[in-house]
This record gives sequence, structure tokens and C-alpha cells, in this order.
Amino acid sequence: MATNTNAAESAYSVHPMPQLEPSFWGNQVFWLLVTLVVIYFVLSRIALPRIAAVLAERQGTITNDIAKAEELKAKAVEAEEAYNKALADARAEAQRIAAETKAAMQADLDAATAKADAEIAGKLAESEKAIAEIRANAVASVEAVAKDTAAELITALGGEADAKDVDAAVAARMKG
Amino acid sequence: MEGELAHIGAGLAGLGTGLAALGVGNVAANFLAGALRNPSAAASQTATLFIGIAFAEALGIFSFLVALLLMFAV
Amino acid sequence: MASEAQGAKEGGLEFHPMDQFIVKPLFGGDEIAWYTITNVTLWMALAVAGIIAMMVIGTSRRAIIPSRSQSIGELAYGFIYKMVEDVAGKDAVKFFPYIMTLFLFIVFANFLGLIPMSFTTTSHFAVTITLALLVFVTVTVVGFVKNGTAFLGLFWVSSAPLALRPILAIIEVISYFVRPVSHSIRLAGNVMAGHAVIKVFAGFAALAVVSPLSIVAITAMYGLEVLVAFIQAYVFTILTCVYLKDALHPSH
Repeated sequence: MATNTNAAESAYSVHPMPQLEPSFWGNQVFWLLVTLVVIYFVLSRIALPRIAAVLAERQGTITNDIAKAEELKAKAVEAEEAYNKALADARAEAQRIAAETKAAMQADLDAATAKADAEIAGKLAESEKAIAEIRANAVASVEAVAKDTAAELITALGGEADAKDVDAAVAARMKG
Repeated sequence: MEGELAHIGAGLAGLGTGLAALGVGNVAANFLAGALRNPSAAASQTATLFIGIAFAEALGIFSFLVALLLMFAV
Repeated sequence: MASEAQGAKEGGLEFHPMDQFIVKPLFGGDEIAWYTITNVTLWMALAVAGIIAMMVIGTSRRAIIPSRSQSIGELAYGFIYKMVEDVAGKDAVKFFPYIMTLFLFIVFANFLGLIPMSFTTTSHFAVTITLALLVFVTVTVVGFVKNGTAFLGLFWVSSAPLALRPILAIIEVISYFVRPVSHSIRLAGNVMAGHAVIKVFAGFAALAVVSPLSIVAITAMYGLEVLVAFIQAYVFTILTCVYLKDALHPSH
């Protein structure tokens, strides 16, 4: 395995498998320890406390925000309840006013209707009276005309018109 | 002659790498079978899966290492 | 790389697949001492720069409503924090910066290693064994400090029949001490294997006949490596959490 040595690059010969070359070990272990110590101090002194603080702060903010949101939600629920109550009150008030108005209107209407009915009844009675008068007048006129006509007819036929008989005959006819 | 024997040994040791592949496949296959039966428990067991794979894989790596040692260090 | 050309002729490859893992001094010189500034230093420094950019500069505005860069940082924070809490328990949270360090370093090293021509620091066993030993030592020390000798109950399986317990104890002890080995080799092995395989396919691309196939294979492997880069970091971190849980609650 002599061909695998690395003699040309350096004076010493490297093991064909560099992991097993003892001259490398001390160097690697030393620099590894330096690296680890540096990383450890950077992490434990700066990075990790900072991230932990940020995470805690964020957790706090989130908790606060959630509490605030809860509060706001409760307020919103309250406001909604108040609104609903006001709405119900207003509705009841409106219903009451509507009922009152309706009753008042009904009363007015009833009064007006009664008045109109009375007026109509009065006018009706008057009219009936007038009609009755007219009818009575008319009957009297017809009787008079009938008597006259009967008397004339009798005279024309050569008879002697007896006023009493004519009246009786006309009255009998008109009854019939 | 000794070097040639070492190379044959290295080749034989290299078989172990392939056998470790069987082991890793076995771990992953069983995990998948279990995960499909109970998917809700799968997420909590991925760490165990990786540890199992790493252990199976490590033994294959050991045989690879033996092969390398036979090649270069004997 | 003259000698490699020679080696390549024998192996049939234009370059050696393991050459990408060679540690080189950045400013000349041949000797690599423990303090030499090498490509390891460069790529680890880039990882540090990336972590600072993501976790410090990205979050510098501290916005309640995060910007995109800030949410990336917060996402990484939440991801690892939840993992530590879920896997290792609530009392493991004080190890969170340590675990976050490991995770971010491995993630950034893995992904920076996927840049072509880069150097992958996590492909070296020296690096990952150091990481794993740090975890191992931490876990062991924490276990003994928290639980005293009760931590040894981890090895004494009280639910098993009495006759079996010594045998199980031996197995448990062995498996406990093998932990850092498997922990580190898993990471470095995965990363190294992927990179080496990509390089092998790249070597085949020199033959005009197979080069289209080889390019397709490199693309597929690259996709797999992106996945592996994250999963290995994830697995390393979650195993750290598992070990930590053993140390904090050694109820076997």
C-alpha cells in the first residue's frame, strides 16, 4: 500500500486512511474543543437567553391579546344584549302607540258613523214624509178629477148628476 | 498475497452494508405499516423511527468501516 | 498529488477517495502540531460563523413577530428544547445549552462538509470520539452526582430473575462502555461513507462511457447525504438525551 502515501505533498507520509493518521488527532481535538467552547459561550450567554426572552415575551403578548380579545368579546356580548333589549322596548312602545292610535281612530270612526247614520235616518224620514204628502195630494187630485169627469160624463149622457151619488161611486171605485 | 486476501475480506465485509439496507428497509416498512393502521400515533413515533434507522444503519456503517480498514490499514 | 496519480493508475481511479479527509496546514509548513491552523480550523470556524449568523445575528431584532431569519433560529431552539424536554425530562433542561451546542455544531459541520471541495470535520473519528467522550463523561459524572451509588442500579436489572442479574449486569456494563464507541463511529462512519462513495463515483466519471451514470449516482448520493447530514446530527443529539435520561432517572 506504499503507493497510497502522500509523500509528494509533504515530508511526512499520510496514512492511506487519513482518519487513522495519529499526527492529525491532536490538532483536531484541540480545535474542536476551542470551537465547542466558543459555540457554548455564544449560545448560553447571548443566543439562547435572547430567544427564550423573545419566546416568553411573545407568549405573554399572545396571552394578553387573548385576554383582551375575551374582554372585548364579553363587551360585544353585553352591547348586543343592550341593543336587543332596546330593540324589544322600542318594539313594545311602537306596538302600544299603534294600538292607542288604532283605538282612537276606531272611536272617531264609530262616532262619525253614528252621526252619519242619524243624519241619514233623519233625511230618510223627511223624504218619506214628503213622498207621503205628495202621494196624498195626488190621490186627492185624482179623486177630484174622477168626480168632475164622472159628473161631466153623466151630464153629457143626458142624466142629472147627483153630486152625492157621484162621490160615493168614485169613492167605491177608488177603494177597489 | 496478504493484501489480496485483505481485499477479498473487504469485499465480504461490504456485504454487510447491503444487509444493513435490509434492516433499514425493515424498520421503515414496519413503521409505515403501523402508521397506516394508526396514523394518529405515527407523528409521536418518528423519533423512535429515526433512532431505529440509525441503529440499523450504524451496523452497516461498521461493516463498511471494516472494509475500509481491510483496504487501507491492514 | 503526483504519488496519487501513481496510486490511481494502479487502482484505476484518477484520485484517491480518501484524499478529501487529509488535514492540511493552511499557511504552509509540513508539521501539524496541536495548535497549527489547518483546514480543520477553517471549517470549524466557518461552522461557528454560521451558528453565530443563525442564532445571534438572525435574532438580533428580537421581534415579537419574527422575521424569516429569526424564525429559523427560533425553530432550531424549539426543536432541541422540545427534544430535551420530551426525551430527557424536565430536569434535563439545564443541559439544554450543552445539547444545543452539540447539535448545532454537528449540523453545521455536516452541511458545510456537503459543499464541494470542502473539508468535513465530522468525518474524523478523532472529532466524533471527542464529542462522544464529552457526552459519556458528562453523563457518567451527572449520574453519580445526582444519584450517588444508586446510579449503579442502571446495571442491576431488578425486574429480571435473580439468577440472570449478574449476567445482565455484565451485558449492561459492556453496552454502557460501548456507547461512546457506537455513538461516535455512527456519526463519523455515516459522513465518511457518504463522502467516500461520492468520491468513488466521481472517480468513475473519468471514463466517458460511465460518466452520465456516475453523475446521476453522485446526484442521488448527494440527496441522500443531505438527509444523512441532518439525521445523524438528530440521532447524535437524541441519543445524548437518552443517555442523559439514564443518568437523571436510572430506573431500569
